[in-house]
Amino acid sequence: MLDIGLSHYLSVAAILFTLGIFGIFLNRKNVIIILMSVELMLLAVNINLVAFSAHLYDLVGQVFAMFVLTVAAAEAAIGLAILMVYFRNRGSIAVEDISLMKG
Amino acid sequence: MIVKALAFYMFSLVAVGAGVLVISSRNPVHSVLFLILAFFNAAGLFVLMGAEFLAMILVVVYVGAVAVLFMFVVMMLDINFVALREGFLQYLPLGALVGLILLAELLVIVGGWTFAPSAAGVGAPPRAAIANISNTHALGKILYTHYIYLFQASGMILLVSMVGAIVLTHRRREGVRRQDIGRQLARSAKASIELKKVEPGKGI
Repeated sequence: MLDIGLSHYLSVAAILFTLGIFGIFLNRKNVIIILMSVELMLLAVNINLVAFSAHLYDLVGQVFAMFVLTVAAAEAAIGLAILMVYFRNRGSIAVEDISLMKG
Repeated sequence: MIVKALAFYMFSLVAVGAGVLVISSRNPVHSVLFLILAFFNAAGLFVLMGAEFLAMILVVVYVGAVAVLFMFVVMMLDINFVALREGFLQYLPLGALVGLILLAELLVIVGGWTFAPSAAGVGAPPRAAIANISNTHALGKILYTHYIYLFQASGMILLVSMVGAIVLTHRRREGVRRQDIGRQLARSAKASIELKKVEPGKGI
């Protein structure tokens, strides 16, 4: 219990990842919360990578966590920009309105 | 030992609690604030694991940039968030079911796996480099040598996303008075100045 090992960190990451997926199900209409849930899931992945990196004394995991961080930042910027453009055109960000390409 | 364990439990409990509040709070501004709290505590977990540089990067990039970006967008969009929460309880059972199944699966995996015997030698080359230097130093030594092409590629990703975000959100506004040097230079004195003969005692 007091000896914190690899599996403790993996459990925390699993809980955070599940919370992200649960958030996507729960807030199916609000794109902003869905994007935040995706950020939570990426954070869980980062915790996994860093935990393995620390456990195996192999820094490559931290390098990849940094790349995941980069992609997450780019994704957030592009996603929010698309959201702004969509709101400017349609006046709403409800997910069920996003069906323009359905035909 | 006990301090480390206490710190771990504190950081992880606050991170998980903040995660719950991110997805369940009524106001998206509160969601963003709880996201910031979750990231701070994850940074604390990174420090506990010995990844100081990544922890600081997490604070700078997420709290300083991404969360502020979210905050800007939440505050700029004039959205009726109450209407967006309709059907919140309708999706709750299905979401809870999927979440519980996934969590059970992940925890079973965490509890039951072992390292493959051949896995120990896979990460050999960078491992030798981290003997007596700090985390940041070691990370730089690997990142700028073995992974320089990936580093450059991530720079390109950031550049493309920056250009994309600007292109998407930039628009030409009508009715903005800005300087037009061509029009200024094309004006002649004859066309723009008019001489009036004012007779004494009358106005113009």
